[in-house]
Amino acid sequence: MAGPRKGRMMHAPRPQNFKGTLLRLVGFLKPHAGKMIFALCLVFVQILANILATATLTPLINGLTVKQGDFAVKLTGIAWLDNLAYSGVAEDKLSYLGIMVGAIACIYATSLVVNYVLNRILVSISTTTMTEMRNQLFSHMQKLPLKVFDTTTHGDLMSHYTNDLDMMNEFIARCIPQLVSSVFTIVGVYTAMFVLSWQLALLMLAMMVIMLLVVKGIGGKSRKNFVALQQTVGKINGYVEEMIEGQKVVKAFNHEQQSVDGFEVINDDLCQTATRANTYSNIMGPIMNNLSHVFYALVSVVGALVATSAENPIVYVGIIASFLMYIRNITQPIQQISQQINLVFMAIAGGERVFKLMDTPAEVDEGYVTLVHANIDQDGNITESATRTGKWAWKHPHSDGTITYTELKGDVRFDDVTFGYTEEKVVLKNISLYATPGQKIAFVGSTGAGKTTITNLINRFYDVPDGRIRYDGINITKIKKADLRRSLAMVLQETHLFTGTVMENIRYGRLDATDEECIAAAKCANAHHFIKHLPDGYNTMLTRDGENLSQGQRQLIAIARAAVADPPVLILDEATSSIDTRTEWLIEKGMDALMQGRTTFVIAHRLSTVRNSNAIMVLEQGQIIERGDHEDLIAQKGKYYQLYTGMFELS
Amino acid sequence: MISKLLKGAKGYELPSIFTIVFVLLETALEVLLPMAMATILNTMQVFSTANPLLTSVTYLDWSQFQFVTVQKGAFVTAEMLKHIVFTYGVVMVVFSALSLTFGAVAGRLCAVAGSGFSKNMRKFLFDKVQTFSFANIDKFSTASLVTRITTDVNRAQQSFMMLIRTVVRAPAMLIFSTIMALINATNLAWVFLFAIPALGVIMAVLATKVHPLFKQMLKNYDAMNACVQEDLTAIRVVKAFVREDYEEQKYRKAAEDVRLSQLKAEKLMIAMNPLTSTVMYGTVCALLIIGGSSIVQGSMASGTLTAMMTYSTQILSSVMMICFIAVQLVMSRASIDRIYEVLDETPSIQDSASNKTVNSGEIVFQDVDFSYSNNKDNLTLQGINLHIKSGQSVGIIGGTGDGKSSLVQLIPRFYDVLSGRVLVDGTDVRDYSQHNLREGVAMVLQKNLLFSGTIKENLKWGNPDATDEEIVEACKIACAHDFIMSFPDGYLTELGQGGVNVSGGQKQRLCIARALLKKPKIMIMDDSTSAVDTATDASIRSGLKTLAKGMTTIIIAQRLTSVQDCDQIVVLDDGKIDAVGTHQQLMESCSIYQEAYRSQQKGTVEGGE
Repeated sequence: MAGPRKGRMMHAPRPQNFKGTLLRLVGFLKPHAGKMIFALCLVFVQILANILATATLTPLINGLTVKQGDFAVKLTGIAWLDNLAYSGVAEDKLSYLGIMVGAIACIYATSLVVNYVLNRILVSISTTTMTEMRNQLFSHMQKLPLKVFDTTTHGDLMSHYTNDLDMMNEFIARCIPQLVSSVFTIVGVYTAMFVLSWQLALLMLAMMVIMLLVVKGIGGKSRKNFVALQQTVGKINGYVEEMIEGQKVVKAFNHEQQSVDGFEVINDDLCQTATRANTYSNIMGPIMNNLSHVFYALVSVVGALVATSAENPIVYVGIIASFLMYIRNITQPIQQISQQINLVFMAIAGGERVFKLMDTPAEVDEGYVTLVHANIDQDGNITESATRTGKWAWKHPHSDGTITYTELKGDVRFDDVTFGYTEEKVVLKNISLYATPGQKIAFVGSTGAGKTTITNLINRFYDVPDGRIRYDGINITKIKKADLRRSLAMVLQETHLFTGTVMENIRYGRLDATDEECIAAAKCANAHHFIKHLPDGYNTMLTRDGENLSQGQRQLIAIARAAVADPPVLILDEATSSIDTRTEWLIEKGMDALMQGRTTFVIAHRLSTVRNSNAIMVLEQGQIIERGDHEDLIAQKGKYYQLYTGMFELS
Repeated sequence: MISKLLKGAKGYELPSIFTIVFVLLETALEVLLPMAMATILNTMQVFSTANPLLTSVTYLDWSQFQFVTVQKGAFVTAEMLKHIVFTYGVVMVVFSALSLTFGAVAGRLCAVAGSGFSKNMRKFLFDKVQTFSFANIDKFSTASLVTRITTDVNRAQQSFMMLIRTVVRAPAMLIFSTIMALINATNLAWVFLFAIPALGVIMAVLATKVHPLFKQMLKNYDAMNACVQEDLTAIRVVKAFVREDYEEQKYRKAAEDVRLSQLKAEKLMIAMNPLTSTVMYGTVCALLIIGGSSIVQGSMASGTLTAMMTYSTQILSSVMMICFIAVQLVMSRASIDRIYEVLDETPSIQDSASNKTVNSGEIVFQDVDFSYSNNKDNLTLQGINLHIKSGQSVGIIGGTGDGKSSLVQLIPRFYDVLSGRVLVDGTDVRDYSQHNLREGVAMVLQKNLLFSGTIKENLKWGNPDATDEEIVEACKIACAHDFIMSFPDGYLTELGQGGVNVSGGQKQRLCIARALLKKPKIMIMDDSTSAVDTATDASIRSGLKTLAKGMTTIIIAQRLTSVQDCDQIVVLDDGKIDAVGTHQQLMESCSIYQEAYRSQQKGTVEGGE
């Protein structure tokens, strides 16, 4: 357990805005402020109880050994108890013993109860707060514009959940209470020590200073070496990954020995780095532990020496006993306090990263045109319907309070669109095109030519300046994003399925679709046949992106998913690129059925897919360099012709 | 499991053993300290209360430099007290300083042994994987092999370090402290007779009850993160279908599951806490009562009681430690098992000791059946009979899953046949050493892989002794020379891991050049020009023809144009040979071939190639 945590610790950069982040982090505790304050009070009570229990040892032990007449020695400060202790009669001393042990037992019992209540409160606060943080983060992340997902690696986003949130949780659940407890314990114990004997207390103060220095020194070295270790581990992981991935090539080229030789060099290096790093972390424990023993010895000796010169040497027997217990009590808090502080920094750094994501503005949506179910009478009058009618209309509220309805047809126009993901680099230049309802428009071109960008603009994953793209005559920036996207269905090159049954995955297209509708969609997509042959048919569980299905089968389910959504406009982005010709033929049938009567945008690598389109656009470096149908383009003998006859390679 | 761990300590036996020795020494010294402390306190007490000694004490009289023993019942003088405090004080400081040194040395040795252990384990695993056949590799999957070499070895190392340190220390501490407690005050020590088993039982119950709860929590936790991962990878789908709310509901449910299971596990932990504390506090109170009354009766001094309290902490915390270790070891067991699964795997291909080499490129398949799962009912190839003469060019076509790749992988013996045999140069491939066979057979795999390093280093995989001229020549044939020279660093261009910085078509051409440098008798290209345009493809093929007259070439292709000039074309259908012949013959007789030809030519303008 200690291993990975230590490893992570090393990456923690110093936070930029410590105070602000800390306050915000603590802000999550606000709804539980009352509970938290109560918990901190309990921490205080618990520490007090522990210190008191140990402090009681002094009068207890001394009371058993003092002789009658040593009235100069104050034992408990309670007159009748002290009298009991001073009385020479054995029976009375026994009742003194009984009372004192009884007192200690009561203190312990209090500590037990307090500890239980405290932990229950803390765990309830931390789990609730944590869940709240998680939900907030996830909810906000989903609302972020696609740009964030395209420009941040998924690993980085994931680490907010697996790393940063855990760190923040650690901070709330353990750091705060432990830090408070450590500080209180140290302050409390030292106060008690100074009350008992200032000489020994000074000695113990020296112990704390030395321990803190050791923790700082070894801890710092350890951290430095673990950073180096992480790097070497990264190196060996990379090598192993590469060689095992390429194991078949290694074998085909008889390269086993070279591969082993290369491995050994890194492996030896790792062994050395690991030895250094582990040394520091391994010796920390024994050194701290034994340092406390050194002071255990010193307290005994110095205590004895102080006693011989003191007025009432006997008192020191009890005092030393208490001190020896106190050493045990504070070794851990001292050791922990530096770890805790480290954890605070890590949590703040983690919090900073999480808050940065939470502060990233969500997708802006100023659209006000919405999509509604519609009834259309013979004269073309449109009325809104509460239930599904199979027809849709755009509901367009105007500034004068009137509402107009426009039938959703699937007419998409680009008017001189110029777009770039960043200011410096233009991806699309002066693109103008139109697709009338039911048409099939294809885009062809190399990777990076801007094909996918066009579809990103249609569904407003990215926004273009006002009025450049119109949908059924409406400026798409005026259409509410959710409604716009509901009117389009996409089948993407990389098929993504979700954990759940096949049926659930198809229903993802339209959540209120009945089983029958889903099956009909699967039939339309030519997927019904293979689904029926799965072990549990439509109830077969798909895990991890549908790993138990072939690429072609997953693609068919994705098509069925789009089919069940039943939208007027369809976007197929390289939907068949990684499928062999035979499977493609199967899918094509499904696709053709799906495209029937819908406006379709097709992006394809393989030209056979686009042959029967109404219009084919050949894109190069963001510009449409050729357009026309298949016959036109072949006749032009331009780029399309070269591509088609295989004289040019698409990359 | 422990013997499995110990195997990894090879070469590091001494540091391992000395770690144990030093840990034992450290522990022994540690438990002696309270005893010495008790002597000081006891002497102080009897001196200040003017009572006789309860036990005899031996000390060093530093004014005369000789050991003196004061008998039980004697009275202590102030002078004697000073000597006794000094003697035992020095003993304690020396002991604790030694204990500190031993502990630190043990820590260092443990780091040496632990790191050496994991080094060995990684090496065993890596070496073992090198002996694996393709069938073995397929069985484990590359991702899982990588995890085993990295993460699992790391976990095993933690267990190993724990084994030679904590696993030794905790029971030693328990035994030593108990012995010391018995010597110190037999009449008090029986308290531990109750405390140790009570605590042991509580901890054992806790471990067995809590463990599954935490496992469930971790499972829910993984499921929750999987939910995020899925959402991230499919974010376009989520947004395109406007399913943000739906996904959020899913996540909220997963997060709630985590919260509930965590609460359940933690609640049990919290509930057990007062129980263990009760035992510990109860022990302290019992010691105080019994010890206290002995003090009152005068049969025991207070230093002994204080020492007993220290022993009680040491004893009871080692009991808890032992239970904790047990849980940790059980948890790391899975990792060790996963490591040994690889180490215990027998390579499915046994190498032949023969030193025969491949001298001609003749290949014969005789009644070959093949199955990846070695299962007669699940054949990938069935009844294959094929004769390829030395120097011939052979094309293989067929759909996905028809067995094209499987067929050619039998030639360099990447897999063994289920029945029948494959002969190369007249000898069964199983009668060559794998090294010699693969020297004679070059294969460009479907999944082309380059390694990090320069282009030149990658090409030299084919032949480490290749001269620059030979490299350039091979690259020219593979049509790779021109694009290599277009890079600023030419042949010294650095490739990233897996050759990420060249395009698919360029990668394929580099792989072909790499294979050509081997100057093989048999050259197999498994769909290795799919990302190359037809003109380059044709030029590579004609280059191959001129390169070596005697070289047999086998080409698997999707495009018929890539194979139509071959001496023989093999049409595979569902694991069986449907037809063999030249383009002309197949166009006349083979319906699959005709169909494929028509579908690929459809719409192409005459003379388009």
